[in-house]
Amino acid sequence: MHAFANPARFLRIARPLTPVLLLAGLGIIAASLVYGLAFAPAEQLQGETVRILFLHVPTAWLGMAGWSAIAISSLMELVWRHPLAALAARASALPGAVFTFLCLVTGSIWGRPAWGTWWVWDGRLTSMLVLLFLYFGYMALAGAVDREGGSSRIPAIFGLIGAINIPIIHYSVIWWNSLHQPPSITTGGSAMAGPFLWGLLAATLGFTLLFSGVVLARMRALLADIQTEARLRRKALEA
Amino acid sequence: MTARLKPKHQRLVLVIVALVAIIGAGVLAAWGLRNQASFYLLPNELVADPPAAGQAVRLGGMVEAGSLRTDADGITVHFIVGDGEAKVPVTYSGILPDLFQEGSGVTADGSMGADGVFHADGLLAKHDEKYVPRELKDMTEAQKHQVVAEATE
Repeated sequence: MHAFANPARFLRIARPLTPVLLLAGLGIIAASLVYGLAFAPAEQLQGETVRILFLHVPTAWLGMAGWSAIAISSLMELVWRHPLAALAARASALPGAVFTFLCLVTGSIWGRPAWGTWWVWDGRLTSMLVLLFLYFGYMALAGAVDREGGSSRIPAIFGLIGAINIPIIHYSVIWWNSLHQPPSITTGGSAMAGPFLWGLLAATLGFTLLFSGVVLARMRALLADIQTEARLRRKALEA
Repeated sequence: MTARLKPKHQRLVLVIVALVAIIGAGVLAAWGLRNQASFYLLPNELVADPPAAGQAVRLGGMVEAGSLRTDADGITVHFIVGDGEAKVPVTYSGILPDLFQEGSGVTADGSMGADGVFHADGLLAKHDEKYVPRELKDMTEAQKHQVVAEATE
């Protein structure tokens, strides 16, 4: 990983990789959503509302993956002092928050016809809402540290502590009786019929590629910001 | 003479100790919440520790197959919620959720009556983790096998 400590070397790979990830992601998303909306079969109980699954599950996965990225980057920053780790964590926060929000919205839209309610305070829904608030807290904290000055390790510590919520979200439907269904896809197999499963995996892959492309683009923007600022400061000193 | 750790390893040990402490605290909190954080009581929990008549509780379980019947008024339904161990009779007046049906999951807000019947004033349908296409459901077992055989030929 320390090969990428040099920003120039990181950029040499990130610059061509960003459009590849974004375009491949968008293409796969478009194909899998068209399949999900038009070609996937109706579910025996849910009927047509099952189609929101192709949006809901990838956004839920990326909401949790986003915080996992923050936590791993924070660990790299705290222990190995990797110079790009702080950027990676900051770049993951906003996309992660957007996907968490989309997960809550699509879940709510599904819940109204399927369960009969927009929202309940069960373990899964509540822990997912807590994740959204953790994102808000992280962005506010990282923004304040970057703007007002202060140790960049403070948001990193927050990112690590917040990671405790990720296993809680996952196990909430197993530990506690919840209205939300338990996981359909486990290491033991899938309780989901093939026509749903394959479309879902494709949509998840597409959104993950898009997410990676967005994070890379945001890291490059943050790097460019830092370089501009350093250049301006140098100019000001020379003048 | 103490062996001195490299600063990098010192930080790693520190972070690991901190993480173990945080995870320990999280597990303790989850353990403490194991009853309070549940969204509903199962029939066997309700039967083992019956709430006072009129006390608001939420019951959840499976609608027993063959137990659902509708009164002459058309909106009052009676059914039995079971979890494989205990059964609780439930009565409810109102609009049923779309996914409500026998053999499927349900949660009911309400209270136990003095008559031993659970009086619900709100029902939510619970979907399980199984996703089955509608076309397959209407087929007989033999037809399903035929479809699968055709697809794999």
